[in-house]
Amino acid sequence: MNSSAPTRATATSAGTAGTPAGTAPDPHAAAAVEVRGVTRRFSSRSGEVVALSDVDLTVRAGEFVSLIGPSGCGKSTLLRLIADLDEPTAGELSVFGRPPRVARQNHDFGIAFQQAGLLPWRSVRTNVELPLQLHGTGRGARRARATELLEMVGLADFAEHLPHQLSGGMQQRVAIARALAERPSLLLMDEPFGALDEMTREHVQTELLRLRAETGAAVVFVTHSIPEAVYLSDRVVVMSARPGQVREVVPVGLGEARDRSDDVREDDAFFDRVRAVREALHGADGTTPRGVDRR
Amino acid sequence: MTRSATTTWRRAEVVLAPVLLGLLALALWETAVVVLELRPFVVPSPTSIGAELTGNAGIIATAALSTALNAWWGLVIGVVVALVAAAVSAAVRTIDEMSAPLAAAAAVVPIVALAPVLYTMFGASTQTARVAVAAIVSFVPVYVNTLRGLRTVAPVHRDLLRAYAATRRQATLTVTLPGALPFFFSGLRVATSLAVISALVAEYFGGPVDGLGKAITSAVSSSNYPLAWAYVVGAVVVGLLFFCGSSGLERAVLHRRSQR
Repeated sequence: MNSSAPTRATATSAGTAGTPAGTAPDPHAAAAVEVRGVTRRFSSRSGEVVALSDVDLTVRAGEFVSLIGPSGCGKSTLLRLIADLDEPTAGELSVFGRPPRVARQNHDFGIAFQQAGLLPWRSVRTNVELPLQLHGTGRGARRARATELLEMVGLADFAEHLPHQLSGGMQQRVAIARALAERPSLLLMDEPFGALDEMTREHVQTELLRLRAETGAAVVFVTHSIPEAVYLSDRVVVMSARPGQVREVVPVGLGEARDRSDDVREDDAFFDRVRAVREALHGADGTTPRGVDRR
Repeated sequence: MTRSATTTWRRAEVVLAPVLLGLLALALWETAVVVLELRPFVVPSPTSIGAELTGNAGIIATAALSTALNAWWGLVIGVVVALVAAAVSAAVRTIDEMSAPLAAAAAVVPIVALAPVLYTMFGASTQTARVAVAAIVSFVPVYVNTLRGLRTVAPVHRDLLRAYAATRRQATLTVTLPGALPFFFSGLRVATSLAVISALVAEYFGGPVDGLGKAITSAVSSSNYPLAWAYVVGAVVVGLLFFCGSSGLERAVLHRRSQR
């Protein structure tokens, strides 16, 4: 039991302490995402809201990291900062060693949101082609890639359908195919399965693991589901609200993504990690003093 | 009965039902006029209107064409100006803010009431005033709807285009314009009916002696009521053609793009 206890990391040391033991970080390879001392404040009529306060985080290339926490903990804000959809009030971010703006202009990442956000007047296939079309890929290459991606997410038969003819889960798979269109080495996902029912959700989770194993992309995944975070991730970043901070980083290590199947959900190690994340989340209530071993 | 025969019958029903209802209404109307001995100035019988319609088909068509042309050019000018104005307002916020009260004013002022003023302005012997009325009337719904459509971009689409570093031009072509299209068409549908109505009603207030509106007033003043009703039938036909034209265009465009 003790041997499987998660290593705990404080907010300030999250970046380095999050590196699992045994794998020495390669100083030459740029991390997929580096977040250093990032603060984001929003000013509203009722005063100033600190969405993120002095957050540090490192996501290595090929690593799957989930951000989890109560609503208002700034997990979506952090993802938007990485995607350069928003700018930090203080601190620095880099994506593959470059500022997020440059990474965005270089098309270094793919992105998916809670809403599938498909264009309703375009067929499934042309929706998947969108990023390629925006970046000037030729018609033939676009079409070939879209066909390949739709086969990958199991929707080849629906290529010429319109989004409204698909179920919510299918639409979300189209959105994931679109995010993968340019073979990005980083995937940013903001509660992509939040609106799906439980069964569909488990199905697309397994599918995402498979796709991720095939592409080797790093993933930053925002979620409010503990089992989802544990099932998918290499590390789970637990955040606390008001102000949004990294509370703990829980390593999961349920094995290689390609070996992980639905059986993992019934594994003791899985439940152990779920409990670890849950305890980390509840520690944020302030009922348990920080750093106290609760086992 | 086979399935295809059933569907054919269903389709026939869709057409037949309203046709039968219409014929029944005409028969009732005819009976009422004959039995109750209604005078023509109250309401003429469908057969007498039909007789006037066939007997004067040529002049009715000429009058209808004249009104239709005014409505058409008014519609074309109104729509083109509305699209340009909506594009400019969508791009430049200050212009939008300046023009918003004007658009609201144009929407509530009964433009047709301005016809007498416009006749003196452009001269009573030309069609210009009638075209102008139709143009102003069709401008308003197209402008208001198209501008709303151009402003309605879902936040998720805005984020998506930004994340993929789309240029302003790409964002306009891939999301803003296609998204505004249904809004434009609902404006156009309103504008087409209004263009015909306003072009016709403007004729009541003066101007040259051609057109359906003029023909209706002169037939009534010479107590030829069935002929006046025959001209009304002509107006209904023009209105229907315009309506079918715009909704046909809408269906063709929106259907075709969803097939891509």
